[in-house]
Amino acid sequence: MSEIIVVTSGKGGVGKTTTTANIGVGFAKRGNRVVLIDTDTGLRNLDLLLGLENRIMYDLVDVVTGVVPYKKALVRHKKYDNLYLLPTSQIRDKSSVTGEQLIEVCNKLRGEFDYIIIDCPAGIEQGFQTAIAAADLALVVTMPEVSAVRDADKIIGELNRAEKDHIKLIVNRIRAHMVESGDMLNLADINDILAIECIGQVPDDEMVVTSTNRGDPVISNKKSLAGQAYNNIVCRLCGEQVPFLDFQRGMSFVGKIKRIFGL
Amino acid sequence: MLKAVMKLFGNKSKPSGQVAKDRLRVVLIHDRAGISPEVMEHIKNDIIKVISSYMDIDRHDMEISLSNDEEAVALLANIPVRRIKPTVMSPHEQRRR
Repeated sequence: MSEIIVVTSGKGGVGKTTTTANIGVGFAKRGNRVVLIDTDTGLRNLDLLLGLENRIMYDLVDVVTGVVPYKKALVRHKKYDNLYLLPTSQIRDKSSVTGEQLIEVCNKLRGEFDYIIIDCPAGIEQGFQTAIAAADLALVVTMPEVSAVRDADKIIGELNRAEKDHIKLIVNRIRAHMVESGDMLNLADINDILAIECIGQVPDDEMVVTSTNRGDPVISNKKSLAGQAYNNIVCRLCGEQVPFLDFQRGMSFVGKIKRIFGL
Repeated sequence: MLKAVMKLFGNKSKPSGQVAKDRLRVVLIHDRAGISPEVMEHIKNDIIKVISSYMDIDRHDMEISLSNDEEAVALLANIPVRRIKPTVMSPHEQRRR
């Protein structure tokens, strides 16, 4: 029986799609059969992050409207052959897929995959309601920033209202030196405010940008701290106890000296 | 280290991370309660109406807000009282004056 995970955040630009792509690759690398479903209809990007944008023939809207069986719409990843993408339409809008329809698709996929990971659109409207409908677990992605934390709180409230109470938090784009100097919300503050179990702390890492440029998720780059952090999230989701990363390790020597002198 | 030195010279500005946390706390209490500012204003006016028949209060310095106390949400009202109206004093008190 597979687990259905939705990656959501409320606010846009915090890293939902990046998280979905990386966790998907992480699970696939451990030998699981994984399918990623993009529900950001009209603004699809998961295909780009995975480097699969040229292989799409059919999409989620074609599947729910019965144009093709789901197998025809699945795109297999080039590098990880047990990772699949079910892309969404770039020309339709969020009203094209309902929660019930997505549940139906997931029920068909359940038998064949270990993990079904749903990339949720920003906002709390129809697209969000559709994306969360089938989920067993919700991963709420936020950033150490007032607007992102406020929106995460709202999303947690909405998830509770939909009786989705299996929720875990991922704090993305942490800038260690700013947290250190007191100029960024720290993780204790965020945990305190949101009161949700934190399962991931991901540093702001330029390699996320370069890997997105190439269409190869950063988790496969062993040198990247963000990649390691995503890998740790996958381990924790599999039930392993992994300590949180010490981000300062990734700082340059000059950076460390500068920090000591408070520059 | 720089911060320690700054403290010595009496620089008391809060780090912005702390400011963010304090602001979030307040805004989330209101968000979670789902009470609109309009309703808060109505509550405030009704409180003024009730209290005013007994006390002279300072309306400008009065504050009402929601606050989170452990699990429960509390309504906090800070109402500066200028004086108690003579009409509400007990007959005994009035005679003494």
